Amino acid sequence: MKNSTLALAVAAALSAGTAQAQISGDVVKIGVLTDMSGVYAALSGQGSVIAAQMAIEDFGGKVLGKPIQLVSADHQNKADIGSATAREWIDQQGVDMITDLVTSSVGIAVQRLASAKGVITMNTSAGSTALTNAECTELGIHYAYDTYALAVGTANPIIQSGGKKWFFITADYTFGHSLESNAADVVKANGGQVVGGVRHPFPNNDFSSYLLQAQGSGADVIGLANAGQDFTNAVKQAGEFGIGRGKQQLVGLLVFSSDVKSLGLKAAEGLQFTDSWYWDMNDETRAFAQRFFERAKAMPTSPQAAVYSSVTQYLKAVEAAGTDNGKAVRAKLGEMVMNDVYHKNAKLRPDGRVMHDMYLMKVKSPQESKSEWDLLKIVDTIPAEKAFLPLEKSQCPLVKKQ
Amino acid sequence: MAISANAILTQAMLGLNNGAFYAMLSLGLAVIFGLLNIVNFAHGAFYMLGAFVALIGLTQLGPWLGMPDLQINFWWALLIAPLVVGLLGILIERTLLRRLYGLDHLYGLLLTFGVALVLQGFFTNFYNTAGTPYPGKPEILDGVVNLGFMYFPKYRLFALVVSLLVCFATWYLIERTKLGAILRAGTEKPKLVEAFGVNVPLLITLTYGFGVALAAFAGVLAAPIYAVSPLMGADLIIVVFAVVVIGGMGSIMGAIVTGLALGMIEGVTKVVYPPAASTVVFLIMALVLLVRPAGLFGKE
Amino acid sequence: MNRWLWIVLIALGLAAPYVLYPVFVMKLLCFALFACAFNLLLGYTGLLSFGHAAFFGGAAYVCGHALKVWGLPTELGILLGAAVGGLLGLVFGSLAIRRQGIYFAMITLALAQIVYFVALKSPFTGGEDGLQGIPRGKLFGVIDLEDSLNMYYFVLAIFLAGFWLIDRIVDSPFGQVLKAIRENEPRALSLGYDVSRFKLAAFVMSATLSGLAGATKAVVFQFASLTDVHWATSGEVILMTLLGGLGTILGPMVGAFTVVSLHSKLSAIGSWVTVIIGITFIVCVLLFRRGFVGELQHLLRGQFGAEPGKPQAGGKPVAVAQPGSGGKH
Repeated sequence: MKNSTLALAVAAALSAGTAQAQISGDVVKIGVLTDMSGVYAALSGQGSVIAAQMAIEDFGGKVLGKPIQLVSADHQNKADIGSATAREWIDQQGVDMITDLVTSSVGIAVQRLASAKGVITMNTSAGSTALTNAECTELGIHYAYDTYALAVGTANPIIQSGGKKWFFITADYTFGHSLESNAADVVKANGGQVVGGVRHPFPNNDFSSYLLQAQGSGADVIGLANAGQDFTNAVKQAGEFGIGRGKQQLVGLLVFSSDVKSLGLKAAEGLQFTDSWYWDMNDETRAFAQRFFERAKAMPTSPQAAVYSSVTQYLKAVEAAGTDNGKAVRAKLGEMVMNDVYHKNAKLRPDGRVMHDMYLMKVKSPQESKSEWDLLKIVDTIPAEKAFLPLEKSQCPLVKKQ
Repeated sequence: MAISANAILTQAMLGLNNGAFYAMLSLGLAVIFGLLNIVNFAHGAFYMLGAFVALIGLTQLGPWLGMPDLQINFWWALLIAPLVVGLLGILIERTLLRRLYGLDHLYGLLLTFGVALVLQGFFTNFYNTAGTPYPGKPEILDGVVNLGFMYFPKYRLFALVVSLLVCFATWYLIERTKLGAILRAGTEKPKLVEAFGVNVPLLITLTYGFGVALAAFAGVLAAPIYAVSPLMGADLIIVVFAVVVIGGMGSIMGAIVTGLALGMIEGVTKVVYPPAASTVVFLIMALVLLVRPAGLFGKE
Repeated sequence: MNRWLWIVLIALGLAAPYVLYPVFVMKLLCFALFACAFNLLLGYTGLLSFGHAAFFGGAAYVCGHALKVWGLPTELGILLGAAVGGLLGLVFGSLAIRRQGIYFAMITLALAQIVYFVALKSPFTGGEDGLQGIPRGKLFGVIDLEDSLNMYYFVLAIFLAGFWLIDRIVDSPFGQVLKAIRENEPRALSLGYDVSRFKLAAFVMSATLSGLAGATKAVVFQFASLTDVHWATSGEVILMTLLGGLGTILGPMVGAFTVVSLHSKLSAIGSWVTVIIGITFIVCVLLFRRGFVGELQHLLRGQFGAEPGKPQAGGKPVAVAQPGSGGKH
């Protein structure tokens, strides 16, 4: 009896000792790198920082007996600033995981850099499929949605209802290009036709000339391959010129609940789009949203909920792996089944894609809406296997090797 | 895709709309340069400030002062914003610029560059760089007008007409009135004008205030069209500089005509060869410099 | 420049990466070289260019492309970048030196804007995404530059070489003519100097060295982006030069260190940094147009009269006795 107690104590001491040795810098540091003041500030920004804080608090503030710290910074949607910040975080501050990473150009730059330095990135807010294809890396994870899922989810039903001829207004950087090409593929595969397109600077606040070109193109559908405030500005200005009210239909390929809120139900009514999460889905999401609202004074968007989830799952993986070593944690994440307020039974693929269901949403009419944040209803659930690019089609070199 | 005449007309009309803003801003720059010999780099920032005064007056001023009902509507903003910004300009001229007269003119450019950074940085802290929509467009200007070749928003047409009026009124004031004559004389021979009993320093101060107020006025007009953003002026001022170089600093009419023309050319380029749309102004500038280094309307 | 000063400079350079974050010091060195190159034009020739970002950023893109796509060795890529900077400088210079003063500044600004839009629209630059993932490669095919310290000493060598060159140019007969042009252009002209040629030559040299700085920065950060060619960068380099001291050999370096440190240490307060930089600009223009180093030299000269130059005060006080910092009247 005595012996076994002693053995246990020794074992405990030893394991505590090893755990101690395996947490770099005796602290687990999580970085939220996001857009605090630009077009995407409303859909990620400060809200993402709050979501990460909540995740750390809900986890108990410690993992493997070591404190969890949060750092955050504004990358201003500039890839050079983002990558310089990430470099310093990793080199100087010992950051172990970076999340949010809105804006695909920043996302790709940081994912490449971090992975080379053995640090995990969990991108919850950028859309480009390049993150898990040509640009995929060993430790880069694409967590929430991607442009393929948006195109499939949103474009399909519109083509089916007769919108055959498309014109694209595209944000001129990785994300926009990716969204446009994914959507164009869907259009063509379904017997539709792309009659033209323009690319606008990012960010942009005068869409009039692009909208008028779209209007004159004879297209049935004007597809907006942009996001955040670029998207809402385009929709408002379309209204100003009377575009999208007649036979031509205006379609947002990436819309978040924050955009609907900013446009107002009157302007956005009937709009259909694809998203990964909505606050008013079930009791669990509502409870989370309520707690979030008390801090952020706004309901969480899907990227913000995904930040909460990514931090939670990362910490679980660190605990399970007994270390914050990037490769070991990545391996653990690949074995886990993820269940939390954001997604159920989600799994991480070798290319870095997290597989979960997506939803087709529709904006409520002002009459249907019962409260300030009662914005959307879920029309359809798109199962994970249909929503995302199948693994066998991935261009990720890591997949081909296997 | 064939380019229809309609498409060209449509974009030219939008371009004219932008051109009116170029004209108003380059006009202010020209007036200031004429008398102070300063290239006012802060001009874009004052334009931005005008838009913000309108935005704040409409949405935030009331709550700040504890009077939620107090709102400065669009029409009042058109009057108040230029006044507020003009006064700020006068303050800056009196306290800062004044100390630089007699030094190389480049110091004026650098000082106003600093002023622009301060204003820009200040507003970036409080407002989203992507812009905040101005919700106060007068209802009477909602809707569109049928121009035959396109539907044009009433408000944009209104902004175009008003800016043209302001431009020509300024031209008239400077080229055709006694006050203008004194101003022009002050530019050429300040000592002589002083000898005639004109208070030249005061004239300089007021001129700066007026030029800056013009920028603020343009800012208020722009607010309902573009989102109000801390960087709205920074993006514009560089184009306006090119406009000024092309037109030459010599004449008021030159600034107006060049501004309008370049706006239209830019608009048409968007249809003919879109990738060059943002560069065309600068290309024209390089060409003009090769042929006429003093600018189209400039005096050597 | 004084030999002791060189020794101090080199010693500081060698020791720095053991005290500070090497990437940060490399950034300092790149911007210091950029500012010194700029000073050659503004401080010693009296020409204010508002378009130097075009050389800095243009070189960064070309160097990055050469390393990433053409697979050029690192040292050749950087030299190519510098050459492109010089070429752009030749084009800009030929157009801009036809005008003076404010016109000169505005023309360079507008020309730089063309380069900016070309960078924005060309496929090879990656537009908004920037040119990412530039390989650092191996120096002379042997020394691995992925290693932070190796990279650091490579950058230090480039900086010292560039700085040495500028120091030599300034002290050469050619440099004397430039200063003569700055002080009194008509007189230089009447003395028989082909002023335009000298101006153009100064412009091209300044652009080439700015290109060298930009290309090096691209290799350090493995990144070339629109920020590098944006006019705000042109403004920043003016501030660095002005703040440190126009027409002083050490001034731009001090200015660059101050501004880069401000950006990095104050990044937490967001765009208040822009406000602080703007205020610095204003204060500098109004109150100490000589800049840090210029004021210090002035002060020391006032106190010690004709005493030989103190090493701390920087080099040869006599040679830089009349910097254009007081402005031309």
